[in-house]
Amino acid sequence: MLLEASGVGKSFGQLRALDGVDLAVSADEIHGLIGPNGSGKSTLLKCIAGAERPSQGRVLFAGRDITALPPSERARAGMSIKFQITSVMPALSVYDNVLLALQAHDRLRDLLTSRTRRGLDTQITEMLAAFRLDRRAAALAGELSHGEQQWLEIAMALATAPRLLLLDEPTAGMSLEERRVTGTLLRPIKARCAIVIVEHDLDFIRDICDVLTVLDQGRVIASGSVAEIQANASVQEVYLTRV
Amino acid sequence: MLNGGRTGPAPLNAGAPTAPAFRRRLPLVEWAVFGTFAVLPFLLADFLTVFASRLMILALLAISFDLVYGFAGIMSFGQALFFGAAGYSVALLARDLGVSSVLVVLPAALGVGLALSWLVSSFLLLGRHPPSVTFVALGTLTAAFAAEELARSWYYLGGQNGIPGVPPLTLGHFEFSDLAFYYLVFALFAAVYLLCRALVRSQFGLALAGIRDQEQRLGFFGYRVDTFKTIVFTIAGAIAGLAGGLYAYHEGFVWPSMMGVVLSTQIVLYCLFGGVGTLIGAVLGVIAIESATYALSEQLPTIWPVVLGVILLVVILFRPTGLIGLVVSERERTGDFGRPGSVAPRGAPSDAA
Repeated sequence: MLLEASGVGKSFGQLRALDGVDLAVSADEIHGLIGPNGSGKSTLLKCIAGAERPSQGRVLFAGRDITALPPSERARAGMSIKFQITSVMPALSVYDNVLLALQAHDRLRDLLTSRTRRGLDTQITEMLAAFRLDRRAAALAGELSHGEQQWLEIAMALATAPRLLLLDEPTAGMSLEERRVTGTLLRPIKARCAIVIVEHDLDFIRDICDVLTVLDQGRVIASGSVAEIQANASVQEVYLTRV
Repeated sequence: MLNGGRTGPAPLNAGAPTAPAFRRRLPLVEWAVFGTFAVLPFLLADFLTVFASRLMILALLAISFDLVYGFAGIMSFGQALFFGAAGYSVALLARDLGVSSVLVVLPAALGVGLALSWLVSSFLLLGRHPPSVTFVALGTLTAAFAAEELARSWYYLGGQNGIPGVPPLTLGHFEFSDLAFYYLVFALFAAVYLLCRALVRSQFGLALAGIRDQEQRLGFFGYRVDTFKTIVFTIAGAIAGLAGGLYAYHEGFVWPSMMGVVLSTQIVLYCLFGGVGTLIGAVLGVIAIESATYALSEQLPTIWPVVLGVILLVVILFRPTGLIGLVVSERERTGDFGRPGSVAPRGAPSDAA
């Protein structure tokens, strides 16, 4: 397994956001995390990425215990995240946003001398074309539409060539057409890295995911293939009564 | 949001230029400032040349603040600490060891600024948790205050009076006169400016821009943000130290408030007034405030500080981009780090087919 989270718990004061969650993700799957609002999906993603420190349990990545590592070291180990709220650099050009992500693991000496800038140009061009942002390269990221910003963020998250990509609601706020395109953009990525997606849009997640894990009130209530989850009585009950 | 046969959403302003064109005015301002400083001694009386030397030294100090705040978002109220400490160090070298050679004084000033700023940054920036802006601001402010009080009360450092009688700077048997000193300062000012300019436009500078805008996000890309902040803080400290060493020789003595809170605050005002994040804005801030003070403080001795305060407030409240914002657009201020033209030339649709 590429990622193994075992017994992960997270409390915010009296609130128990996660309670002994187990999650296993293999290197070649798109794994969906679904559940009602407040079920702990985003918190779990943050615990995996290092944005939150679990109160209990541990997270293994490629066999290495990363529970206490800061986000930068997790990123260097091959993990990348796109948060729910877009956090592109609005004052920088679209091109520079991707360059910023691409050069993240370069040596300081190379950054000080701008040694890698020219060499990254082709990669940036390809990434922008892959996410349909090639014509917007010179625009400021803050000028992009919401959907384009989400795509830019996914492109940036992929720029560091991660082994695991964590996506928190990548289609939030998108139109139906933008969601469909996002699905089209994400599928080829599967060949390059594993993906964990938190999503509310069940149609979107059913189309794209290999495995689903369902959370409710901080606990895993079911995990399996899309067909298994669709047939699961507990999941149906949660979605009928709480969503 | 369909775009004809293409399945993706239509780009905004499809077929139009991909970014608002911006005129590059910053280089013009830079050339104007440095060109003026280059010929100033031929145009001004000797005493004004001395004043212009002072402007350039203070501009170095302002650049050091702009580097940390304007480019990396670190609010430092401690730049005067590195400035003053380096000034005291070179004054002590002259007083106690009789050393006034430029070959020793300048490296010593740089070294003191660098070492002290590294020490301060290792306390304030390299903690277990990312420091808040307020924590760093108060930490640097406290350090500057403590240093000033220490200098004021330490007999060895001359107490309230500081250290007088700093001799002229020398190189072998050559003694730097006012004019020679002016051009030494000018050369250092230009060299530091060009180095800083290269730094902030480099890939390292792009990382600083990211840290300034989305510090936490950068950690998730794998950036060791604290290391970047420490490096830029230390470089800025070294520049402030260099300025302090020059200032000691310019004034001929050093005194406690050279490293205190008032000067630290004054540096912040220079930069806010001139405009942060362009380097040349900080220089303009120094020139504008110091020149206005020089020209008007004699005519309006009592109300000048009030007038100056009101002008500063008006600019900071209503023109947050400072004086440079009158000439340079926000787009140019941020600039480009990569080369968008190589990806999508303006006005040349890449997917016209």
